[in-house]
Amino acid sequence: MPQVVVDVVLKPEISDPQGQAVLGALGRLGHTRVTGVRQGKHFVLDVEGTPSREELEQIAETLLANPVIEDVELHLPEA
Amino acid sequence: MRIGIITFPGSLDDVDAARAVRLAGAEPVVLWHADHDLKGVDAVVLPGGFSYGDYLRAGAIAARAPLMQDVVDRARQGMPVLGICNGFQVLCEAGLLPGALTRNSHLHFRNRDQRLRIERADTAWTSAYGTGQEIVVPVKNGEGRYVAAPAELERLEGEGRVAVRYVGGNPNGSLRDIAGVTSEDGRVVGLMPHPEHAVEDLTGPSTDGLGFFTSVLKAVVSA
Repeated sequence: MPQVVVDVVLKPEISDPQGQAVLGALGRLGHTRVTGVRQGKHFVLDVEGTPSREELEQIAETLLANPVIEDVELHLPEA
Repeated sequence: MRIGIITFPGSLDDVDAARAVRLAGAEPVVLWHADHDLKGVDAVVLPGGFSYGDYLRAGAIAARAPLMQDVVDRARQGMPVLGICNGFQVLCEAGLLPGALTRNSHLHFRNRDQRLRIERADTAWTSAYGTGQEIVVPVKNGEGRYVAAPAELERLEGEGRVAVRYVGGNPNGSLRDIAGVTSEDGRVVGLMPHPEHAVEDLTGPSTDGLGFFTSVLKAVVSA
């Protein structure tokens, strides 16, 4: 069954305290070359047939992500 | 006057909100999220809690509940709607209010009595107060940090859409100390703190919260 992947991450101008907490932990572990962390969500949708891009965008932008604060990226199956 | 209080799966302040409505002198009407029936109410309160477990984003799934479609339609026609805490998150997710609520900047759940300043005393839910009046009501949230893009914040400030601001400390890192915002027409208000928990001396830090619920009585009569 084809899978569609949707990645959601806070827009760059919205601060991400969870990512910053991870960055702080990395520093304490000695990974000082990591200078930034953004945390997001990764959805994997199992779909029947070939979904239209319009429908997937609607799914992503009306429920999976909040376009006010989040960027969303669709990864469609290879045609 | 009939004021509806919507219960979503995971709402937990719906009974307190109904009690506040009754103490203010209106008739609370219990509404169920999965119905398509506002039962002829004059206004609606969206209570605090964790609707649908807040599993996707706080308020995101509730904002797409069947009854919310009716609330959005009626709100756009001028029906007063108050969203408290999770209810505020639902109103932002539903597009009735600008911005969004995200994880607190310190990542901790924060609960305490909170001082607030009423910035707009001409909304449907704040007319019982004076502009600049300070009140104390409880605040309790884990995802209460109000955010919006810088340009959007400027627009909101310019239009006077900040209804309530934190004073004496910001509990969650909300931008510009914003505790609550209002719609353009002043009929829809959302705030993170809990006025419904400050309506009786016995159970709250004050009775300062009652004004939100008495305000709407005038708003409906004058509509």
